[in-house]
Amino acid sequence: MTTTSSDLSDQQLAAKAVALRREMLQLIFRAGAGHTGGGMSCMDILNALYNRVLRVSPETFGDPGRDRYVQSKGHCVEALYTVLADRGFFPKSDLETVCHYQSHYVGHPTRHIAGVEMNTGALGHGLPICLGMALAAKMDRKPYRVFTLLGDGELAEGSNWEAALGAAHYQLDNLIAILDHNSLQITGYTRDVMNSEPLDEKWQSFGWNVRSVDGHDYAELGKALSDPPEPGKPTFIIANTIKGKGVSFMENNAKWHHRVPTEEELEQALAELDEAEARLKEVTR
Amino acid sequence: MSAPAPSMYDAAATAVAERLGLAKGKANLEVFAATLEELARENPDIVAVTSDSRGSGKLAPYGIALPGQIVEVGIAEQNLVGITAGLAACGKKSFGVSPSCFLTARSLEQIKNDVCYSDVPAVLVGISAGVSYGALGSTHHSVHDFAVLRAINNLIVVAPADNFEAREAVRAAAASDTPVFLRFGKAALYDLGDAPFALGKARVLREGDDLAFIATGETVVHCLLAAGHLAETTGRQCRVISMPTVKPLDTEAVLAAAAECGAIVTAEEHMVHGGLGEAVAGVVAQSDFHPAMRIMGIPDEYTVTGSQADIFRHYGLTMSGLAEAAGPLLEKRRPAPTPA
Repeated sequence: MTTTSSDLSDQQLAAKAVALRREMLQLIFRAGAGHTGGGMSCMDILNALYNRVLRVSPETFGDPGRDRYVQSKGHCVEALYTVLADRGFFPKSDLETVCHYQSHYVGHPTRHIAGVEMNTGALGHGLPICLGMALAAKMDRKPYRVFTLLGDGELAEGSNWEAALGAAHYQLDNLIAILDHNSLQITGYTRDVMNSEPLDEKWQSFGWNVRSVDGHDYAELGKALSDPPEPGKPTFIIANTIKGKGVSFMENNAKWHHRVPTEEELEQALAELDEAEARLKEVTR
Repeated sequence: MSAPAPSMYDAAATAVAERLGLAKGKANLEVFAATLEELARENPDIVAVTSDSRGSGKLAPYGIALPGQIVEVGIAEQNLVGITAGLAACGKKSFGVSPSCFLTARSLEQIKNDVCYSDVPAVLVGISAGVSYGALGSTHHSVHDFAVLRAINNLIVVAPADNFEAREAVRAAAASDTPVFLRFGKAALYDLGDAPFALGKARVLREGDDLAFIATGETVVHCLLAAGHLAETTGRQCRVISMPTVKPLDTEAVLAAAAECGAIVTAEEHMVHGGLGEAVAGVVAQSDFHPAMRIMGIPDEYTVTGSQADIFRHYGLTMSGLAEAAGPLLEKRRPAPTPA
């Protein structure tokens, strides 16, 4: 049976998230490429998944009964790489090579990397794939769950809505789709580019159980991700997040969608994260 | 009131078929469905995925016999391929079955990323392929599928020519660890002999050194008839090569044909761009051989209205059309010099 490796408290997860954000920014700086804003917004979701929720570990990644996670918003791969390395799927030193010539660590997830289930990056692909995975679990009467992470802008892709219909039709209560709802995409606010609201009503009307949470609050995230599903219904978690979360000048700024920090900006960002870490230590003392 | 559809075998072609001892079989689609059901009864991990296409895919009996091994996704081809990939990633031997026109155009990105780039052992089945849908028109024709799929890495592309190839191709696809695309039509086909089948390998159906017909799918029989006709009328002996696997191409068979025959006519139920013909041309152009060559297929246009048979006849994909295309090449053949 696959298990999660850690029983970190909310505070410990929050402290880890600061370290993960720091490592991800350094990774993006070294790589000279990356999706900074979205990576910062989904980091707490990934941290909660891999360090609290998912029944998967480096040792059990080959186990057919493991939980599956497919990152549909594949462009935020730097956050995924950072979390997988921290979790021990591969050495952190591998991250020195991200996006470098002949590196396996491409700018979107691939199965060449330990811990990655499917190659993603073209948007609107994760949910249909996960529907197939969740169906396979049901057919085999296995208890594993299937998670995917979607972006706001991605919801304009029609394939998501094909899968939204299909998952409800097949009553896939082992399928959990998480929306990194930072409300921004590369051009600007999603409501201005192609409005997808009201998301809760839409997904409910498609037959999903919808949970709305603060995507940076580990108590709320952990509960939404771990609570049993409503029988016969797939779960849609609207994780309300802040693009660029954790660094003042990156927050809620579409310009940071895929901007790489300069050395000066990196130092400033790391200093802010150091301060956040100090504050967290103060609170937990 | 519509006129009865003329066959793609005129009286002369039917007579040649009789003299060659060819017997009429079933439509490849029927053989596909029966073979898949046979395999699925033995292997509970086989799952068919359909997009309101179990009727066209002849899978209605399969659905009744094995209701737990078929997934209906509705008319949603992108979802069909994503689901097929997800099932394959979790240990299922999934067959995504949908009309080739939709499967290989609307969901091309899913084929590329979810199946081929992710390298899951899924099988994609393009049904009613080529111009099988005839007068329904170009929305329903797939004369682009070889071209687009050949340009995608990690996909075996197979178009069986008769019931034997169809049965063997389904079995081989079920046993494959890597992605496979199978292409089936709706017309009843002649059985073309028992030369062995293997993925990636040509089948030589008729020996000869005066010219080589290299064809795939439902055009192969017409090449065999053309070779029979040419032998009867001119005494010229043409090789007939069935190339069920369009990718990876059996380059050895192509090069042997180029060297020994010195003239090649390719035929396919596909646009002349990007299909088998250009694949063969690409091989010979980069070789030491320079055979005379003609690519027969659908030209760069939306096809004439008509049945599959009408369309085949219109573009010369019949015995008489192919024999006519071969005629001038027989006079221009450039075999490799025999070593001294």
